[in-house]
Amino acid sequence: MTNENVAKAVITEPAPEKYINKVTMKQKLLRYKRSPLSLILMILVMLSALFAVGILLFLIGFILVKGIPALSLEQFEWKYTADNVSMTPAIINTVLMVLLTLVLAVPIGIFSAIYLVEYAKRGSRLVKLVRITTETLSGIPSIVYGLFGFLMFVIGFGWGYSLISGVITLAIMVLPTVIRTTEEALLAVPDSYREGSFGLGASKTRTVFKVILPSAIPGIMSGVVLSIGRIVGESAALIFTAGTYAAIPSADNFLFSSTRTLAVHMYALYNEGLYTQQAYATAVILLVLTACINLLSSFIERKIAKNHS
Amino acid sequence: MTATTVKAKPAMTKQRFTDIFMRVIFTLCACVSILAVVFICIYIFAGGFPAIREIGIFDFLFGTKWKPSSGYYGIFPMIVGSIVVTGIAIIVGVPIGILCSVFMAYYCPAWLYRFIKPAVNLLAGIPSIVYGYFGLMAMVPAMKDLLGGSGKSMLTAGILLGIMILPTIIGVSETSLRAVPKSYYEGSLALGATHERSVFFASLPAAKSGILAGVILGVGRAIGETMAVAMIAGNQARLPEKLTDGIRTLTSNIVIEMGYAAEGIHRDSLIATAAVLFVFILIINLCFSVLKRRKD
Repeated sequence: MTNENVAKAVITEPAPEKYINKVTMKQKLLRYKRSPLSLILMILVMLSALFAVGILLFLIGFILVKGIPALSLEQFEWKYTADNVSMTPAIINTVLMVLLTLVLAVPIGIFSAIYLVEYAKRGSRLVKLVRITTETLSGIPSIVYGLFGFLMFVIGFGWGYSLISGVITLAIMVLPTVIRTTEEALLAVPDSYREGSFGLGASKTRTVFKVILPSAIPGIMSGVVLSIGRIVGESAALIFTAGTYAAIPSADNFLFSSTRTLAVHMYALYNEGLYTQQAYATAVILLVLTACINLLSSFIERKIAKNHS
Repeated sequence: MTATTVKAKPAMTKQRFTDIFMRVIFTLCACVSILAVVFICIYIFAGGFPAIREIGIFDFLFGTKWKPSSGYYGIFPMIVGSIVVTGIAIIVGVPIGILCSVFMAYYCPAWLYRFIKPAVNLLAGIPSIVYGYFGLMAMVPAMKDLLGGSGKSMLTAGILLGIMILPTIIGVSETSLRAVPKSYYEGSLALGATHERSVFFASLPAAKSGILAGVILGVGRAIGETMAVAMIAGNQARLPEKLTDGIRTLTSNIVIEMGYAAEGIHRDSLIATAAVLFVFILIINLCFSVLKRRKD
């Protein structure tokens, strides 16, 4: 047999290429038979993944099955009364709370990140201090935030249970999230952008606002969406700062009216113990909101990935 | 020559003024988080100090009786409660979380990953009040049928917390597993080890410190969780004897009594409870950042 013939034989060989580097089911079983430990580990891994997904599906299913029949038009009436237990004021308050908190936290967070990335010298003492404190802030439990807001704003400043007390407390709470995500986004902006801008004679301020920030927007947005999720789901930090009053803040005393967001509304319903059905219905709305926020954040993440590639 | 270098130093133009002005603004904003931590420390510790002084630090921390109506302010049962509930959450959440992250990094086909990753993110995003209500309506009756008693117990709370910290642990572990060089896994495979042995004995140990960081983060979340625990732990402020006993944690002590605590020692003792919780969290944070520094 000449070399040519061998080559021909290999080419004409019917063994399909897709089996190269593949393990058949039979081989797999044989391996597991030889190594029972591997089999046990594999089963444990599969079971855990099943458990995690299963518990999520069960939780969502449970809330939806119990909650969707409990939804009624009554609960969406404009004004809250003890009869209709309307969640409309709570929904509007949630939107207000989210907007005002973001108005406060996002500029401060972005500016902090700009300082950390664009201005500060590496390893300066201030940078270290800012890093330690943001790490500390992100670890503080929400009930401690709530108590702090209660002591400082509600009692100390005499603002009482009010929208503004809740807003400032939550703004401090989401600040580390905004700073961290913006920092990552700024670090991902290539240095050539900065050099190009400086090279064209732009000032530092102009470079930051016209060149660096626009290209970091998707990253910043992901931080904003994460913050929205946290604000919507927050209850412990709000009960003792914004209170539990179920009405839209009045126009003349807007910032200093007590408000309840959707999550606090649900806590209040649970606490009063009379409104099981309505609490389920509120849970459904909260779940839907959470799912929407998550969808939005994965959409943004995909956009970032596309930008980078 | 010297004249030109002097001239090169920019004059105080409008542009230069803006640059300096914005620099100051950015620096001030960076100081906000420092200020926030300082204020939180001052308010929580200063607010809790009078109560601790009046009750006595030893009686406060190690007193086993909490009865504000008759002047007993001992938070030892709550400290035990927080630690035990967190311990159960770790026992439930950590193994499942790590195995899940292994699944996502080494087993999951791409098409499935597109569903599982958002599912884990959703698990992280669900508000704790919804978790708590789910626990109250689904888990408490089940535990009641299974183990008797009221169903509201530290076991129930611990299991729910274990579920709640899953996404934290999965997220951090998965990231650190993916950061392990692929050559570890491939080298092990080439030596004839099975897929499982390669993953668990070559890749997993290399990701050890990252996984530990995730666990610490989970512990922080578990010990600070308030609403869900307050709803299903039973909230009895006494030392538990068995796993099915109801228990009160530091966090739920605050949220339950703050609403009606009168100004004075009762309220101050609740702030002091928060101060103790805060110290716990600071210690956990310290462990986390030490670990992170060491990893870097």
